[in-house]
Amino acid sequence: MPQYLLSVFQEEGAEPPSPEQAQMIMARVAAVQEEMKAAGAWVFFGALTDASSATVVRAAGGEVSMTDGPYAEAKEQIGGFTVIEAADLDEALEWARKGSEACLWPVEVRPFLSSPAG
Amino acid sequence: MAGRGPALPQQSGWVSLDPHEFAAIYRREAGRCTATLVRVLGDIDQAEDAVADAFAVAAERWAVDGVPPSPGGWITTTARNRAIDRLRRESTRHAREREAMTLHDPAPDPPADLGDLDTVPDDQLRLIFLCCHPALGADAQVALTLRLLGGLTTAEIARAFLVPPPAIGQRLSRAKRKIRDTHMAYRIPAASELHQRLGPVLATLYLIYTEGHSASAGDDLLRPALTSEAIRIARTLAALVPDEPEAAGLLALMVLTQARAPARLGEHGELVRLADQDRSRWDRALIAEGQELLRGCIGQNRPGPYQVQAAIAAVHADASTAAATDWAQIVTLYDHLQRLCPNAVVALNRAIAVMEHRGPAAALDALDALDEIDLPAYHLFHATRAEALRRAGRDGEAADALRRAIALTSNAVERRHLERELAGLG
Repeated sequence: MPQYLLSVFQEEGAEPPSPEQAQMIMARVAAVQEEMKAAGAWVFFGALTDASSATVVRAAGGEVSMTDGPYAEAKEQIGGFTVIEAADLDEALEWARKGSEACLWPVEVRPFLSSPAG
Repeated sequence: MAGRGPALPQQSGWVSLDPHEFAAIYRREAGRCTATLVRVLGDIDQAEDAVADAFAVAAERWAVDGVPPSPGGWITTTARNRAIDRLRRESTRHAREREAMTLHDPAPDPPADLGDLDTVPDDQLRLIFLCCHPALGADAQVALTLRLLGGLTTAEIARAFLVPPPAIGQRLSRAKRKIRDTHMAYRIPAASELHQRLGPVLATLYLIYTEGHSASAGDDLLRPALTSEAIRIARTLAALVPDEPEAAGLLALMVLTQARAPARLGEHGELVRLADQDRSRWDRALIAEGQELLRGCIGQNRPGPYQVQAAIAAVHADASTAAATDWAQIVTLYDHLQRLCPNAVVALNRAIAVMEHRGPAAALDALDALDEIDLPAYHLFHATRAEALRRAGRDGEAADALRRAIALTSNAVERRHLERELAGLG
């Protein structure tokens, strides 16, 4: 079955939700996770720390350099991601819709390259 | 295979196959065959290659044996057999890659029998919902549908869009790659998703109809295969979604426009404008069908752009002579249309109605208000200005505008029409 990466994009420096809002969002996200597990779609989930905590490593010709901060200089950064299995794109898009509705951020759907073993 | 058109028969001494007939068969059958082959093979590129192969074989064989009684069935069977040969040749070496590239089918056919070969009408619906999937950009949707269902070449699509052919080629290959990589399903959407999925389908069918009604290039103005195909798919759609008035509205618009087709070309294939058409040649049965459809969808009281455009076509159909046209009503309907979907082409058509209703000066005001940079490559903008200028007695400026229109049209029939107008300004 095809696998898809569902990435949640958050705006850096956006007003953080109030504790009550945050709790409500977490409860809704957890409910979608449970639904994914029950449907057999869930593979992996991870929430990330703020993008400012990222480090980019470049290694070439024995030289290693590091830069502080995320690779892409974008206002929107990945805040978390879920890997799912779905029968087809429409199913994956439907999970993305539920996820976006729960967390209030846009969700990018991107298929993994199919492995030859299927 | 993007860009491949009809494989015209080779010229040799004893060839008896008429290239025009062959091209007409291609236009009529290519989309249908491709839709079935996509289901059977589960891959768009393989289906296109198989259909193109089959037409190449047909070009040779039909020249000797004559055209078979069911050319579409012949092409589909030949394409299937060609594809099986190809798959067998590649099966050992490339089995794994091919597996990885196969379009997802929710109910895959066992590879051994390769599915039902009868042309199921649903195949075309499946293909159009695939081509018009909302995860594809609107431009990609239209290009894919014209290519796969309409059988248009990349160059023809490029002219319909007023963009360079390589851009269309890239658009098509990118869209096909996305369909494959994201595992888009080849199916008709469930009832709950139909409404949402319908918008891009209607827009695409309308564009195909328009291309068939007023071909972007070539020697013929009309492409009956495209118009009848668009109407055929729209009929199937409207029956499938009776609670979607815009689907019936689009069908009504197409049918009412099609009713005028017998009067649109003169004896020598020249374009006859609406005002000069012999209205006794309009197809009364199609007009009655269109009006009936329109009453049905307007009764649902959920107006939309296609219903309003159908209403405009119905006002024209009601007028027994051009002079009897209720232009005030048409201007009102265009005002309504402009509120529903403000765009430059609607505004241009409104200006034409204003010219008939209130005269050339009012039309020129309306045209000047249109920002010309929106329509720099649109020959009808300049042709409309020319007409308004001519009626205002400004022949010199009218001739300049006509020359710009002539330089911009790639359709031979339209160009001749504009050249006659220019000669008439003498």
